[in-house]
Amino acid sequence: MKISSYIRGEVFERGIHPPAQKLTADLPIRRLPFPPQVVVPVSQHIGKPPRVVVRVGQEVVRGQPLALAEDWLSVPHHAPVTGVVEAIELRPSARGPWTQSIVIRTHPGASQEDLWAQPRDLSTASGQEILQAIWDTGMVGLGGAAFPTHAKLSVPKQAKAHTLVVNGCECEPYLTCDHRLMVEHADDLIAGIHYGLRATGAVRAIIGVENNKPEAIKAIQAAIDRDKLLSSEHEIHVEAVPTKYPQGSEKMLLMALFGVEIAAGALPISLGMVVNNVGTLAALGRLLPRGQGLTERVVTVTGPGVARPGDYRVPIGTPLQFILDTVGAPAESREVILGGPMMGQAAPSLDVPVTKGVSGVLVFRGEDLASRQKRSTYPCIKCGECVESCPMGLNPSQLGMLAAKREYETMGEQYFLGDCFECGCCTYVCPSNIPLVQQFRVAKQVLRERAAS
Amino acid sequence: MSARIELRTAPHVKSPRTVETIMRTVVLSLLPICLFFIYQYGISAAASILVVTGACLVAERASTRAGGQSGDIGDWSATITGLLLALSLPPGFPLWMGAIAGLVAIFLGKSIFGGLGRNVFNPALVGRAFVQAAFPTAIASYTPSFLPGRFGEFIPSSLALPFMQPPATDAWVKAMQIDAIASATPLSQFKFEGVVAGFDQLLTSLGGHLAVGPSPLLILACGLFLAYRRYLDWRIPVAVLGSAVVLGWALHAFDPVRFADPGFVLLSGGLMLGAIYMATDMATSPVTPKGALLYGALIGVLTVVIRDFSGLPEGVMYAILIANAAAPLIERVTQPTPFGRGPSSKVRRATYPLTPSYISREEHHAVVPEKGSFKPKVNQ
Repeated sequence: MKISSYIRGEVFERGIHPPAQKLTADLPIRRLPFPPQVVVPVSQHIGKPPRVVVRVGQEVVRGQPLALAEDWLSVPHHAPVTGVVEAIELRPSARGPWTQSIVIRTHPGASQEDLWAQPRDLSTASGQEILQAIWDTGMVGLGGAAFPTHAKLSVPKQAKAHTLVVNGCECEPYLTCDHRLMVEHADDLIAGIHYGLRATGAVRAIIGVENNKPEAIKAIQAAIDRDKLLSSEHEIHVEAVPTKYPQGSEKMLLMALFGVEIAAGALPISLGMVVNNVGTLAALGRLLPRGQGLTERVVTVTGPGVARPGDYRVPIGTPLQFILDTVGAPAESREVILGGPMMGQAAPSLDVPVTKGVSGVLVFRGEDLASRQKRSTYPCIKCGECVESCPMGLNPSQLGMLAAKREYETMGEQYFLGDCFECGCCTYVCPSNIPLVQQFRVAKQVLRERAAS
Repeated sequence: MSARIELRTAPHVKSPRTVETIMRTVVLSLLPICLFFIYQYGISAAASILVVTGACLVAERASTRAGGQSGDIGDWSATITGLLLALSLPPGFPLWMGAIAGLVAIFLGKSIFGGLGRNVFNPALVGRAFVQAAFPTAIASYTPSFLPGRFGEFIPSSLALPFMQPPATDAWVKAMQIDAIASATPLSQFKFEGVVAGFDQLLTSLGGHLAVGPSPLLILACGLFLAYRRYLDWRIPVAVLGSAVVLGWALHAFDPVRFADPGFVLLSGGLMLGAIYMATDMATSPVTPKGALLYGALIGVLTVVIRDFSGLPEGVMYAILIANAAAPLIERVTQPTPFGRGPSSKVRRATYPLTPSYISREEHHAVVPEKGSFKPKVNQ
């Protein structure tokens, strides 16, 4: 533990401070034009894919369900544009393999209004009814995990939730979509929090925002004050937490707010808490009263060399190629990352569409990568930087050496590989340029396969 | 735009710090110390630094050329080894012996283990231990510092021919005609003659003609810079110096005549250089924070024990080598406790109470109904 981090008041130990690079923090959210064609993957969330209910050649209206959830851990999808279903076929996905996708050709003349939506009054709805309404919107965690929100908000029978923790940290460098949502749509966020509180039965909500976003905190505080005039049903606070990566991890945020370590393997509900992302709740606050489905999301499109970086409201299913053409990405783009630079995934192709879990599109040019490319890889010099940066208190140096020897069982049993959530701190700081996180991902995969067989 | 995009794995950004920058910064921080050493002992010291470091670089290049090695001279680690080795040798150490020390340091101390990051022992100290065993007289013969003619002529022993006995330096030192002649280090003087050198003289290495290395104050300043920029683990020097002072103080309180005072313990010999530059060698010290403290404490205690209870005046080198050997074991027993696996998840700083106030109040006053007091009606 570092003495200086205590002095600075950072309450979770270790972690790193990568350059924030929030180039788009002051730009308002803009709408991206509707692409001529959208590709909606049937499975874009954690859980079972829903059942497709449209056929090829069918005309669809924006907001109309394309696929319906048949399993609890699944969500419906809605048409992001008004147009014609052109094909239901395999298309490239962010993870690499081609997946079943619904391809819709956009009507160029359509107004693209959500005519399907039916506004409803949820002011007297019960928790169960709200959960059902959330399920109907097809909402998943917009922070990146894409876990169905209705499942996350439903409290198990034997447990009781009293606090809804709202995660507005956005600790990934470059990304600003949550930041802009908090600044511009704080009222939607508060409305979403009320729905979340009623769905979970919690009585208190605490919004944790990293202290490098003072205007977001101010906007939320103003929204809370406005909200208090209308109702005093729930207790809502906004709290500045220290800026440090990975503050946005659930465990780290709870540590900052309540000073407790969640036991390894336990969920926040063991403390009576449910954690949700600001983007998700702001979207709920907007969609639920209108009865709309999730057809678009805010995506940060940024990176060095992007001509018009910003936070864009993008229809789900917009291909990356269209986004990059619209914002003026450099011709020599060499790496396109979905998500943030620390945990995001490099897109295998520009035909990959934006899905519900994509929070950012980050473009790097060849020259931005050159310095990394030139770096040589050394053996571990045991500098201990990784040990001092691992937020989970693991020993990445030791794990890396074991991974090189393929001693995966030892890693899992003695060195708690399972606790690693792949935040990338160890790899970020490693002066020897060892791809630690990648080794851990491989090791985990092998352990999972061995456990399954 | 081109469709050629690359696939990489997260994280996609990287800290600018590399092995080269770490090593280069350590070399830069050593330069003032080397300059001071040259200021103290003149051209002999300069020649010694150049020859020893050159030998290390030659050995490193030869090893990496032979293959199977990681790293190269471009990573600056062999330069650090050479500079530290030269600083730990007497300034009038015969240059050919210095070259052997440098070759042994890299070949036996580093290359046979597989090169950068794989060595078990601090290479500079392996080289020094070798020449201490091979040339015990030469390594114990110090000349006084700040001799008037130090920039004009070499200390005669420096230029001894290879495999030849170096000439004695006593006559040469006498010819310099200085008042107080100290031809033994303060540690030897204390051990064998019971003379304690002055505190401020030891601290700055200035004043008089003490046969000492560069100023501990200067080394400390360079070490503070490195620790502040996080190029070395502050825990190790703190633990080394702290444990040495505590043990030295306890022994001094027990018998002030036989055991030196803690200030002398701290500033004499190679303790400061060893604690800040040699014990902190990354590859040979534990990576775990607790392990670093334990490892440092072991070095401090062993140094004082060797100095006070053995036939040797100085013990830093052996203390560090023994602790190097113990480092893997120390690391094994001091693995960090992962998040959420501690013995108790105690609340450290709570901005908010864990439960909303009125819930805990309700639960506090809640009357738990006795078991069986409520009987559901059974329809018959």
